[in-house]
Amino acid sequence: MILHTLLDYDTLRFIWWLLIGVLLVGFAVTDGFDLGSGMLLPFAARNDIERRVVINSVGPVWEGNQVWLILGGGAIFAAWPQLYAVSFSGFYLAMFVILTALILRPVAFKFRSKRESPQWRARWDWVLFFSGFVPALICGVAVGNVLQGVPFRFNPDMHIFYDGSFFGLLNPFAILCGLVSVAMLVMHGAAWLLLKTAGPVAERARSYGMVAAVLTVVLYALAGVLLATSIGGFRISSVIDATGPSNPLLKTVELHAGAWTANYATHPWTLAVPVAGFVGALGALLGLALRRPVLALLTAALGIAGIILSVGASMFPFILPSSIDPRASLTVWDSSSSHLTLFIMLVVTAVFIPLIVAYTSWVYRVLWGKVDEQAIRDESGHAY
Amino acid sequence: MDLDIVALSRLQFAVTALYHFLFVPLTLGLSIIIAIMETVYVMTGRVIWRDMTKFWGVLFGINFAMGVATGIVMEFQFGMNWSYYSHYVGDIFGAPLAIEGLMAFFMEATFVGLFFFGWDKLSKVGHLIATWAVAIGSNFSALWILIANGWMQNPVGAAFNPQTMRMEVTDFAAVLTNPVAQAKFVHTVSAGYVCAAVFVLGVSAWYVLKGRHLELAKRSMTVAASFGLAAALSVAVLGDESGYLSGEHQKMKLAAIEAMWETQPAPAAFTVVGFPDQEARETHYAIHIPGVMGLIGTRSLDTVMPGIDELVKRAEVRIREGIKAYDALQKIREAGGTDKVTQGVRGDFEDNGINMGYALLLKRYVDDPRQASDEQIAKAAWDTVPQVAPLFWLFRVMVGIGVLLIVLTGTFFVLSARRRLDSHRWLLKLAVFAIPLPWIAIESGWLVAEFGRQPWVIEGVLPTAVAVSNLGVKTLLLTLAGFIAIYTALLVIEMKLMLKAIRKGPQAEHAPDEGDTLSHIPPAHAGAAIATPSTGSAA
Repeated sequence: MILHTLLDYDTLRFIWWLLIGVLLVGFAVTDGFDLGSGMLLPFAARNDIERRVVINSVGPVWEGNQVWLILGGGAIFAAWPQLYAVSFSGFYLAMFVILTALILRPVAFKFRSKRESPQWRARWDWVLFFSGFVPALICGVAVGNVLQGVPFRFNPDMHIFYDGSFFGLLNPFAILCGLVSVAMLVMHGAAWLLLKTAGPVAERARSYGMVAAVLTVVLYALAGVLLATSIGGFRISSVIDATGPSNPLLKTVELHAGAWTANYATHPWTLAVPVAGFVGALGALLGLALRRPVLALLTAALGIAGIILSVGASMFPFILPSSIDPRASLTVWDSSSSHLTLFIMLVVTAVFIPLIVAYTSWVYRVLWGKVDEQAIRDESGHAY
Repeated sequence: MDLDIVALSRLQFAVTALYHFLFVPLTLGLSIIIAIMETVYVMTGRVIWRDMTKFWGVLFGINFAMGVATGIVMEFQFGMNWSYYSHYVGDIFGAPLAIEGLMAFFMEATFVGLFFFGWDKLSKVGHLIATWAVAIGSNFSALWILIANGWMQNPVGAAFNPQTMRMEVTDFAAVLTNPVAQAKFVHTVSAGYVCAAVFVLGVSAWYVLKGRHLELAKRSMTVAASFGLAAALSVAVLGDESGYLSGEHQKMKLAAIEAMWETQPAPAAFTVVGFPDQEARETHYAIHIPGVMGLIGTRSLDTVMPGIDELVKRAEVRIREGIKAYDALQKIREAGGTDKVTQGVRGDFEDNGINMGYALLLKRYVDDPRQASDEQIAKAAWDTVPQVAPLFWLFRVMVGIGVLLIVLTGTFFVLSARRRLDSHRWLLKLAVFAIPLPWIAIESGWLVAEFGRQPWVIEGVLPTAVAVSNLGVKTLLLTLAGFIAIYTALLVIEMKLMLKAIRKGPQAEHAPDEGDTLSHIPPAHAGAAIATPSTGSAA
């Protein structure tokens, strides 16, 4: 097949770097509001019927939303196999904790309302809370560690060795990033509940959401200041061959203070990305304050996208720097799949992502409107 | 097997896959059965068919949630536990997994919400489309997963790249049209259909025995029996195809399943039962049927099927060739590229590269395969023999149950055609007790397929022992215990909820229409109406 040479290897690598960003944003924006609603569940809803309103507001869509994560995992496997191999095995126990949360979440939705007992339901409510909180926190903590470099190296056969521990992940900067992640998803979940529910539930969600929006802005700013001043970045110190083979060991890398802000200096327009993070979160605050749920939801989504993509923009071309053997760091130019695989996957993605967006939008349109207590009483046979 | 990282990683993968595979087959089949029922509802307008759709839909939903919950782990643990595998073959293996998400799972998971919540929000046809989207999505999902799995059994369309130290795709069309993947796909989804059909048949038979929900139960049995019979026959035909293909591609697996230690004159005999002995390399007390195995494995009377002893000798030759390739690879890497070495070295790599995986079998015994002694090479060659006895027995369990289920679904198909579904209580009881059988057959089938290709994770390319992540034994024990505890707890809860939903039965949400009257007769009457004289008191 020679069709794939229509697009250069470096162009494809760059497109796939962007696409992983798109998929992660897709996950955080869609599944984000159900994780956020889960975190708000014990606080915004105080009796069984209110809790069922919250659960059923995400009931028909959380399953589809979660596929963004599955797809993100699959796409990283297909397009960035070394990133997939190093990060999933390196963050092994953290991944295990996320997985337990993701195993428990579907069954919590499905099983909670199948029995009347209040203890039974209260137990699953807390499961829903933790299965929203834990993935949000750990994903943020993981990003915080990636920004500081992760302790991995390769042997000559490219076997991966990881020298860190689970508790080593929990350093102050990483925890700060984890809190940014939690705050932004709570903000997003609150905007969703303001849109889909009414009465006291919506009001409580709104109050928590406004606090979360303020915290998002403050914590994100703090993380940005720390990143610029005290977190050392990495820089490729050899000649870059953007179309070279995907072998990370062919380059040299040096530690360089301020490297993570260099891209913004070289290309000032990229500052639009973190600015979108701030503008979005402030917009969500405004939308919640004015009780304009659609505005709040859309700006919260913008804020989340800006915050996530700013991590990529700061680190480019690095994807996963190594703290113990910087030369082993994974970058956009040396850890992708082959030219042919990237091309095939791009074609498949270009066909199916528009389709997915189309039918997902249709489903949301069919389900448009508030979930109220009456509907749940009427629908008791099917509602969660 | 001592508890090293390799053993624990394999155990964790097997446990999570076997748990996942408890839910997937039912999802595959039940989604289609439900879609068929709803289609009948939309075409005839008879409300009983909507009730059937909703009732089986509740059971589908409980099962689906568990399938999703266990499936997430499946995708992530390649990277978590098998990082060298992910690096080594991610360029090919990752693509079908990602396409599965894009093309299939997204559709299935997005529309499943509409299936449950869209009854009042969609037109009849609109809702039917959502239901079929779920069914088609689940089945497409199986297609891509089995394309990925088929590639592990028969790695086509890929070549090793010395610069990146991994396999890279050369011909994606070959990966898609891999005959092993195609046969496995139809065999596996058909098995899922049988599983769901026997489930629906058994639960409905229980209702008939109890004299409850007779109209719903009998109609469900009719759908299940005809769907189940067609599927059970397809499982057998494609099982035969799989047998033929493993004869082509995985001769060792087939020889082990048959406990065929020595090469026999063609056509080989089929061993019905016997006690394979790995140490003595023979099968005790074997009962043979002459000629049958040769027919299944080669579809001819004169093609010789190699036995285990001969395949081991061939493996030894391939190991020696693999060492040459390994040596050439090291020279290429020291020189910094294929174009920087002599013609001879390049030739060695190109001629023997296909056997390089065999050299990696030696990594268990020696760091550098080039230093291996003759004794180590002989040991590595014997390592290519999987555990014969479990394969031999699991295969016979699978086939035996398969035959039983053809008879069962066939019997109920005839009964349904004669409108005599309730005429034999012992048959109904049999149908209830048959519910677990498809699961036993399916899990056995998974074990035959995956256990049977050991020591390879990618047949002939990458040994399982080389593919694992460098994790600690304690870490693995912790997560293994964690997964088993969570999965078992959820399985128990799931089964309780299933049983509760079955006992509760369908909820009538409408005034009975003309076809639905029987189910509103009080149970005692209904029981008397259908029961044979000897069991009239059962209701």
